[in-house]
Amino acid sequence: MAQRTIVTPGDKLPGDVEAKEPYVVEINGVKVATTIGLLDTSGEKPVYIPLQSIYVPRKGDVVIGLVQSVGVVNWTLDINSPYNGVLPASDFLGRPYNPATDDLSQYLQVGDYVKVKIVAFDRTRNPLLTVQDKGLGKIVDGKIIEVQPSKVPRVIGKKRSMLEMLKKETGCEIFVAVNGRIHVKCPDEDRETILILAIKMIERQAHTTGLTARVQEYIEELKKVKGVE
Amino acid sequence: MGKAIGVKLIDELGRRHDGRLPDQMRPVKMRINVLENADGSALVEYGRTRILAAVYGPREPVQKFMALPDRALLRVRYHMAPFSTEERKSPAPSRREIELSKVIREAFEDIILVKYFPRTAIDIFLEVLQADGGTRTAAVTAASLALANAGIPMKALVAGVAVGKIEGQLVLDVDEIEDGSGEADMPVAYAPDIEKITLFQLNGVLTREELERGLDMALNAIRELVELEKRTLKEEYVSTEEV
Repeated sequence: MAQRTIVTPGDKLPGDVEAKEPYVVEINGVKVATTIGLLDTSGEKPVYIPLQSIYVPRKGDVVIGLVQSVGVVNWTLDINSPYNGVLPASDFLGRPYNPATDDLSQYLQVGDYVKVKIVAFDRTRNPLLTVQDKGLGKIVDGKIIEVQPSKVPRVIGKKRSMLEMLKKETGCEIFVAVNGRIHVKCPDEDRETILILAIKMIERQAHTTGLTARVQEYIEELKKVKGVE
Repeated sequence: MGKAIGVKLIDELGRRHDGRLPDQMRPVKMRINVLENADGSALVEYGRTRILAAVYGPREPVQKFMALPDRALLRVRYHMAPFSTEERKSPAPSRREIELSKVIREAFEDIILVKYFPRTAIDIFLEVLQADGGTRTAAVTAASLALANAGIPMKALVAGVAVGKIEGQLVLDVDEIEDGSGEADMPVAYAPDIEKITLFQLNGVLTREELERGLDMALNAIRELVELEKRTLKEEYVSTEEV
């Protein structure tokens, strides 16, 4: 695997490298890596893939939030990011809301997971969230698995290959949010365990090649051990 | 720190009290991912000096009024454990620890890309588990590793080392005994990839020529330390590949 090298903060990268700020910045006219990452030179253009990243909210992202506190007119959600999200009560309830008569903890409590979309975020204010879209709202069943946000593309795979394979092999419903939280719904506990182990394997070995095939093998092995069809 | 009486710091062959040559470092060990709860962590040893570093963030500052509108707030706590020294040290932050927290923070202010995370806080906790001289420079090295381990964008890796003068001779990486009876002590932190000195202090007297020579010794040692940091970070990924 000579085409893929691990780079560390401060390492100089080729001038035409494809990468996003702040993972690669220009210092004195030279492109420099700022986190641990992979430099892939197999394609036409060298690509820098950060192995560790911090989730910064973007407008339109669908994320899974964890209710952190219940306010008078809104909920504060931890969205696995440096910035906490704000979910207004009127948005969640879908009707005008009177704080004198309604108690927000009746609807969402601390520790609840909510699938939300980011409506606005501009660095001067905390991200504003909404549940007014298809498939959004409180998560009432299944499990949440957390992975590092930088590993999310790997869990999905090229053209969704990894995700489709996971779904097919385990028969679970999987939703991967960009902030690194994965919502899984499985037919039984054994499959759930297998899926969690597989996702954790992807997270651990995200920087290696030929991962989809190895994960598939691993799942098949686990299925034999567990006696799952 | 009392003067060591009767200890010959440099013998006739030019060896130091622990057998090192003047420009030789103590054995250095580095490990990352030593704490589960922290976003990034590192354990660094310079001989018997042992530092544990933990990094949290960027996250919402605990006291919201401290948040800065245009960049992340950097907070550093350098602390010596009560059991780190020969005589028990009071766990309350001393004048010295407050000052060192400040100089270490300043060593990273221009290294971490704070402007990408406005209104957040990055916390660096440095705990001296065992003190045997050179704790501030080892703490800088540990902090740099822990920051890289946490995935916080930074311009370059930093490492630190101290140069001292004992019995008229410049020596690298002074330990407790040498520090206590030496004539000068000069801690330096440096980022070789961007050629920037981020911490520089001098305690004692050095001539101009000695200072330049001492600085050269320190920078050369730091280049090697940063190489070791890079190897440590890379090994973490190579070792998982074999699983």
